[in-house]
Amino acid sequence: MSLDILLERAQLLHDTRDFFYRQQVMEVETPALSQGATTDPYIDSFAVEDHDGIRYLQTSAEYPMKRLLAAGSGDIFQICKVWRMGEIGRHHHPEFTMLEWYRVAYRYKDLMQEVDTLLQRLIPHLAKTSDFISYQDAFQKILRFNPHTASHSVLMACLREQSIDLVSTKALDNSAILDILMTHCIEPSFSQQHLTFIYDYPACQKALSCLSQDETPVAQRFEVYLGEVELGNAYQEEVSAKKNRQQLQSDLECRLSQNKASAPVDERFLQALEVGMPECAGIAIGLDRVLMCRCQKNSLEDIIALPWVVA
Amino acid sequence: MLGCQIVTGLLKTNTGKLTPMATYNTNEFKSGLKIILNGDPYNIVANEFVKPGKGQAFNRVRIKNLKSGRVIDKTWRSGESVEAADVIEKELQYLYTDGEFWHFMDENSFEQVAADATAVGDTRYWLKDGDRCVVTLWNEVPLVITPPNFVELTISQCDPGLRGDTAQGGTKPATTETGATIKVPLFIEEGEVLKIDTRSGEYVSRVKK
Repeated sequence: MSLDILLERAQLLHDTRDFFYRQQVMEVETPALSQGATTDPYIDSFAVEDHDGIRYLQTSAEYPMKRLLAAGSGDIFQICKVWRMGEIGRHHHPEFTMLEWYRVAYRYKDLMQEVDTLLQRLIPHLAKTSDFISYQDAFQKILRFNPHTASHSVLMACLREQSIDLVSTKALDNSAILDILMTHCIEPSFSQQHLTFIYDYPACQKALSCLSQDETPVAQRFEVYLGEVELGNAYQEEVSAKKNRQQLQSDLECRLSQNKASAPVDERFLQALEVGMPECAGIAIGLDRVLMCRCQKNSLEDIIALPWVVA
Repeated sequence: MLGCQIVTGLLKTNTGKLTPMATYNTNEFKSGLKIILNGDPYNIVANEFVKPGKGQAFNRVRIKNLKSGRVIDKTWRSGESVEAADVIEKELQYLYTDGEFWHFMDENSFEQVAADATAVGDTRYWLKDGDRCVVTLWNEVPLVITPPNFVELTISQCDPGLRGDTAQGGTKPATTETGATIKVPLFIEEGEVLKIDTRSGEYVSRVKK
């Protein structure tokens, strides 16, 4: 690792803070170790032992930041370390730096414009015109079916057509097949020169975002990519305490069905929602991946000062 | 590569043997790992962990069939397990062939193993008594023989050399003592010893005696 990369990271952090300070978005800090853990069925938290019980390293600052929003913080951002067990690869690192921010009264499509502006500033060599494509259009264009209505047999047939040779002892649900088709067939079509925004996800992938009121509801979410590198994931935040609780419960059931360890629900997060969280849009961005793109490198190992294997 | 066992130490018992039905989880996947799929041994050539921020994780893996040499792409759902192949690579000395088997010896233990024609394949043309080869063993049976990158072989047959033509110009076919046919410069004579690159099968230089 050269000194240049360290300087680029310092500049990236400076540029990011400068952007938000100018917009009067307040910088906040929230606990990295908490009593609740993410219930996400596909994200595992590191558990850390304290004298009086287990604490969990955050996998994102979503729950505590939403508690601040419910407490009336207004627009906030945070740059913090997060940890995800077992996620290691060219574009994954178990410990990474996340930029997360929330904009009160924004619609997710407004946030999309702000993300575009920020990332163009943070990755200066990008071409200025980004692509904005709905999840449905991306699938229609490349795989010629509607991902929101396709049956399980249509999805399985598509896997075969695309010669995706899958080893799995368990049956795949529709959401898993859509994920595979996304990573194997759709993402490789994204431009390396400019950003691609994918919006309106299948309802089964809503996580903590709002569902639209359409006849076939879609999750009001977007992701932003450069080439195949996913840089960020944004939601029109679901503010209903009841719907959030249902989502966390169904996450836990999903964890159980996969024989994964359960996760203690962050009850204080749910209590805050009962008090009332303002309508807002929020996004989490992997800053290490942004730095990797900024430095035009291919692997996170090239831009993390002391990577996992030597940490 | 010097005689070391290129296999993870995790699954070895005290005797250094792999336990039966040892498995690897996808999170242990890395290039060089040997696995069994549909009864055949494979080497992992490349492994990529892919996972959407919200969604399921997969390993996109390129694997090479160690019997056929065929390379294929597979996708594993992350967290699945796969049977480990008891495949090790050893540097062994080539001794001789009896026409049916090619015999190799471990210079430390003096243990011998015999490779059949399938395992030896076209490598037979580069095997010279006393040379050290990397032998890939699956359940202690030779699967693939990898010759040294460079071998020195005597030319047993070629057309007479053209005197004075030592610098540039064309090539002619020549047969080595091991039966390989290679292209050599026109000035090469029968009985000369040549250095040959076994990866390309090309002449490199003359070897001064």
